[in-house]
Amino acid sequence: MMTEEEIYKRLNTIYRDIFDDEPISLTSETTADDIAGWDSFNHINIVVATEVAFGVKFKSAEIEGLKNVGDFVRLIQKSYA
Amino acid sequence: MPSLSWLPVETEWKAKLDAARGEGGLSRLAQLARSRIDFVQTMQIDRRLAALGAEGVPDDLVTMGLAVLGSSTVDQLLPALRVAALRRRIWLNIHVTPFGQYAQELHDPSSELSRFAPDAVLFVHDAPHLFGSQTLTTREEADEVLESIERRLRVLWRVARDRFGCQVIQQTVMPTALPLMGNNEHRLAGSNLRLIQAFNYRLRQAAADDGADLVAIDDRVGIDGLDAWHDPVLWHRAKQEISPSAAPVYGDLVLRVIAARCGQSAKCLVLDLDNTLWGGVIGDDGLEGIAIGQGSALGEAFLDVQNYAASLARRGIILAVCSKNDEANALEPFEKHPDMVLKRDDIACFVANWDDKAANLRHIARSLDIGLESLVFVDDNPFERNIVRRELPMVNVPELPDDPALYARCLADGGYFEALGITDEDVERTQLYRMRERQGAAREQATDMAGYLESLSMKMSWKPFDQIGFQRIVQLINKTNQFNLTTQRYTEAQVVDLMADPSVITCQVRLADDFGDHGMIAILVGRINDESELDISDWLMSCRVLGRGVEEACLNLLVERAATYGATALKGTFKPTAKNLMVADLFRKLGFEMIGANGGEANWRLPLEGYVAKSTFIESTRPA
Repeated sequence: MMTEEEIYKRLNTIYRDIFDDEPISLTSETTADDIAGWDSFNHINIVVATEVAFGVKFKSAEIEGLKNVGDFVRLIQKSYA
Repeated sequence: MPSLSWLPVETEWKAKLDAARGEGGLSRLAQLARSRIDFVQTMQIDRRLAALGAEGVPDDLVTMGLAVLGSSTVDQLLPALRVAALRRRIWLNIHVTPFGQYAQELHDPSSELSRFAPDAVLFVHDAPHLFGSQTLTTREEADEVLESIERRLRVLWRVARDRFGCQVIQQTVMPTALPLMGNNEHRLAGSNLRLIQAFNYRLRQAAADDGADLVAIDDRVGIDGLDAWHDPVLWHRAKQEISPSAAPVYGDLVLRVIAARCGQSAKCLVLDLDNTLWGGVIGDDGLEGIAIGQGSALGEAFLDVQNYAASLARRGIILAVCSKNDEANALEPFEKHPDMVLKRDDIACFVANWDDKAANLRHIARSLDIGLESLVFVDDNPFERNIVRRELPMVNVPELPDDPALYARCLADGGYFEALGITDEDVERTQLYRMRERQGAAREQATDMAGYLESLSMKMSWKPFDQIGFQRIVQLINKTNQFNLTTQRYTEAQVVDLMADPSVITCQVRLADDFGDHGMIAILVGRINDESELDISDWLMSCRVLGRGVEEACLNLLVERAATYGATALKGTFKPTAKNLMVADLFRKLGFEMIGANGGEANWRLPLEGYVAKSTFIESTRPA
């Protein structure tokens, strides 16, 4: 089982790579409004890159329901379990 | 996940990406584009590329305009198209028609597409767009639908070509429909899955008739599996027919077709020999010892490699050989081994020597009068692959997997020889090139071997013979034929005696570098004689590590050991055999003086006084 801290660390790397933005530091409260370029296109890139990195597959409904990064991390934890 | 599996993994990704911001950014990005990148890394390169493009298109690239006319979302594919273009020294400008409007854009002389004036147009049609969701019941209805769709596409191709005089590329239809019957789906004439398959079959003929070039995404899906390419979740969410994770391979497929139309496909397959065309080392294992042909799994795997190369040759690819070997040894299997598929006559340019391979590839390209970018260099040895990549970045160097059973597959996956048609001349080509081969080409540009060796962080370690290394020591002593100064063989009992003799110095030498641990690569044995000299009775080495300074490092080691024993000089003997002529001159090169010769045998001496350690790029460590 991966700790929440480890998930945040790996997720941070994914976000930094996708947005080419070194200072990004995700918290559970981070939303698309906080990161320039986080549009629907890049949202899919985040989801796919995360699926690849964690070896998981998210359901359509699960992705729809995400409100912030905290939700996303909980989803990863759940899918990873 | 579809992967650029034929490209090498870049281990210093982050550092190299950061370095691409600075001077020479473009060539650094091109180098990164030639590594095994995933879709996020592809986007990273693309972003840097866009920043460079904002300052004007670099003039060492060919600029091309590609219009993508699609019925589904293609945005996720665009970075991969541009990066695959960079991989081929093409700067790609892309125009995408607005969602669902490709037909209007194509016909309208005042459209943005018309202003863009593409060099190539890529049609991306998804199955739901072409076939809808009806299920037809009769074969006649189905054939009618197929006919009418084919007519529609042919009109699009013609309009594109008439209006822009451009290359027309049509993607085959991805078989995303689900079966309604199962294994015998074809008996339901109008099932969507059958329609797709039947249509893809018709497309081949139609495209050949009309001069359109296909991107056979259906073939690729057959290799990677539909799930690797298509995710129904993303289809519903964003109308992405192709998943972002498949984009890098998709981009490469498309650019192969574009580059082939520009005459950029590779022309010549350059093959290493030992452990690439056959198993084992011909110089050491001999004609009977190499693995090639039926009868063993390994021999059959190498047979596959040869068959694939022979098939490529028959359709017009030139074959060349680039091997570190004595030429006579290298030729022997081609001339004498009954199981060899490839014969000497199949090889347009045959280079077997001990020079560095980058220099030899320059020689091959020049002899055949083709560009270095036309070469595909196949070698099982990562050391050779990397020096070629470093010295000659334009040469294509597939990253062979470890298992020879997968070599041919890797070569095919790389798509280096993409061709859009075959002429009679293609079939005759090897013959043609053999005649063009010019001997004695001028001395080519020198390879920066020192810089390469320095970058490898080579570490040599040695120990006296011991029980742990015993089996390998005995094996090396009795198997090594080429780099072996005396070719003295020992039984296990004799090796035990050597280990027990206090006047005998033994060294087992290992080498490791950035490619990993090469294991035990050299054996040194010497005896302190009555004149207090170290008499070198055995010096043998694996040819795999030749030309890296290991010889010099071994001499340093011998001198150092001899001094420890109070010796005043080294003495060496070269005893010629049929196979060890490569070391006939070793002692002279290392600074020994000849003190006697008898037949082919020669005796050499090197006084220790005033000896200056040879400089190498190898860090030598003593036993703990």
